[in-house]
Amino acid sequence: MTHFARTRNAVPVRADAVPCVEIEIFRREVLQAIAAGGRLLLLTGLSQKNGETRLLAAIAGDARGEIALASTIVGGAYPTLTMDCPAAHHFEREIHEQWGVDPQGHPWLKPVRFPSAGPTIGKADFFTVAGAEIHEVAVGPVHAGVIEPGHFRFNCHGEQVIHLEISLGYQHRGIERALQGGPHRGTAHLAETIVGDTTVGHTTAYCQILEGLAGAACSPRARGWRALALELERIANHIGDLGALAGDVGFLPAAAYCGRLRGDALNMTALFCGSRLGRGWVRPGGIALDPSAETRRELKRRLQDAERDMRNAVDLMWKSSSVRGRFEHIGILTRQAAADLGVVGPVARASGIDRDARRDFPASLYSERLPAIAVGDAGDVFARAQQRWREIENSIAFIGQVLDEPDGGAARSAPDGLAPNAVIASIVEGWRGEILHLALTDPAGRFARYKIVDPSFRNWFALATAMRGQAIMDFPLCNKSFNLSYCGHDL
Amino acid sequence: MFKTLLARARQGYRTAPYPVPDPGLPALFRGRPVLDPAKCVDGCAACVEVCPTDALRVSEAGPELDLGRCIFCGDCVAACAAGAITLSRDWRVAASKREGLVATGDRPLQIDALGRELRRLLGRSLRLRQVSAGGCNGCEVEVNALGNVVFDASRFGIDFVASPRHADGVLVTGPVTANMKEALLITYEAIAEPRLVIAAGVCAISGGLFRDHQEVSNGVEGLLPVDLYVPGCPPHPLTILDGLLRLLGRF
Repeated sequence: MTHFARTRNAVPVRADAVPCVEIEIFRREVLQAIAAGGRLLLLTGLSQKNGETRLLAAIAGDARGEIALASTIVGGAYPTLTMDCPAAHHFEREIHEQWGVDPQGHPWLKPVRFPSAGPTIGKADFFTVAGAEIHEVAVGPVHAGVIEPGHFRFNCHGEQVIHLEISLGYQHRGIERALQGGPHRGTAHLAETIVGDTTVGHTTAYCQILEGLAGAACSPRARGWRALALELERIANHIGDLGALAGDVGFLPAAAYCGRLRGDALNMTALFCGSRLGRGWVRPGGIALDPSAETRRELKRRLQDAERDMRNAVDLMWKSSSVRGRFEHIGILTRQAAADLGVVGPVARASGIDRDARRDFPASLYSERLPAIAVGDAGDVFARAQQRWREIENSIAFIGQVLDEPDGGAARSAPDGLAPNAVIASIVEGWRGEILHLALTDPAGRFARYKIVDPSFRNWFALATAMRGQAIMDFPLCNKSFNLSYCGHDL
Repeated sequence: MFKTLLARARQGYRTAPYPVPDPGLPALFRGRPVLDPAKCVDGCAACVEVCPTDALRVSEAGPELDLGRCIFCGDCVAACAAGAITLSRDWRVAASKREGLVATGDRPLQIDALGRELRRLLGRSLRLRQVSAGGCNGCEVEVNALGNVVFDASRFGIDFVASPRHADGVLVTGPVTANMKEALLITYEAIAEPRLVIAAGVCAISGGLFRDHQEVSNGVEGLLPVDLYVPGCPPHPLTILDGLLRLLGRF
């Protein structure tokens, strides 16, 4: 464990302080760190020169809030880490696609996003199951509802799913490349469109990068309002998902109420920032506007009303045996599988993994006060639904406290002078889970590399795992209980 | 059963009346721009310089804001010391012609209703197939909201359907990524004629923040004939609803 540079959330380190070691040492130390309880936060290419690629690994020490960084230089190939660390499998597929480096021995080396230079999307070498009574079901990219595009390939025996392959990339629009060379006038707006329903989460991660690089801190006022917007985003999406889950099992009263309540939460965000999705709210150095005391009172009143109605709608669901009967024992993600795959967010917590970046990598307001963090157990659709509700309850209580606290300072003081030749990682617990942004700056303090890891990137494979042995008719329900992002994965 | 009825009573009737002169949008809502050329200072281009999507132009006649490029961020409003640009609470920013999206002065946007024959064919129903062709899912959030009890587009006969065969048209969101182009065109071809095309959100109109990325087509322009442009990033559900209703010649 000698060859790591150690840092914390949103604290930069000098790029030359990140050790660059031989691939054998890199592999050994990364795997040792993971065996010792570390978690693979990131494995990615940083730069390329003369046919050689610099790979960077980031290991999370969740218990200590520590981020350990190490790097290596590889040629055209290196021995894969995936066989020893399953959480690396998607990162290595991405390295292969983005940098043309071959992680030799990787079991599943397929395209991740099908960028322009690579193979044509949809023409993938899909995993097939052979046998007389095996049939395949292909769904997408255009799905039945108003949903983002993706392709799902089921290999079934009768109604039972033997294997589900998820092939994405349809939303790939080149965000990471567009961020290089920045920040410029459009960068904060671009951060807001990484994942539209997670506007506050991703923009906060981006702003923490800038503030970390400039050594600037936000005022208590800005910290409070950012956290408040992040928790409102969590509430809006969680209640919307509970409604969608109810709709998927045909329980229409809760579906209708929760759909309306999701809108109420979005409208609360619009009350203080003008946009239902929180566009234009989080800005480097603080928040865009200074809400009035009246806004604060109105928000409190609306939140109380919404909590009462949410409780009423959700209780109706929990007390309906037909809903419980359809939620329980469906789509189980075991604790072991969740741990091996490096799953994050409410999905991980519903499988019994006590992991939440608000506590483990506290930044901003969360380093002073924390919401209660719920952890489930069973890992089925019911556990994931209940997890959402418990997180809503905790977030509402947390917002109530934040609204009661006095705050002070300017809404915003824009940071300037970004540290050159630095590496910085920023972590935010969005509603889907841990959002990671990592930036490497050049000698002028501009982004030489900007890497985004949406929680969906880590969690999609867990959905495929949870579907094994399930009835195919339960796929929409399982899918909704994960509710992963296509655009956040595809970037 | 009793509990379900009790909950129904407690949750109340929530559908918002529409159309109404003031649908109660928040004071900070960023809607139709109002430009005042008289306040413009000669030689000043502060608004143009901050615009993240190059939506603004200042000519001798004053500022012009292309809503087909604008993300309604309000950065230009903040940059204009003279106060020549404001974003009003007017949610009605859809238009049926691309050039009709260029805002000057204080002018409402024009939508030409569909012809009588087409309206007769559609009757009281409009069924749309939505295709996400890239983008950030923000527009999908707001299109989905049209189906909730508050906006309840189905009371006007507007519904989103699963099969293009059942649809009267396609509502496209996203900048049309290279990876979604073929699927979008196949979906469009599968709709029986006459078929409508609605470009919802700035990405579908011009590529939005992803304009000129090598991975995207800068929206549906040049790919599909558009009947209705709905600006926004994302458009408010009422903006989409207003556009569709005026296209259908209602209100």
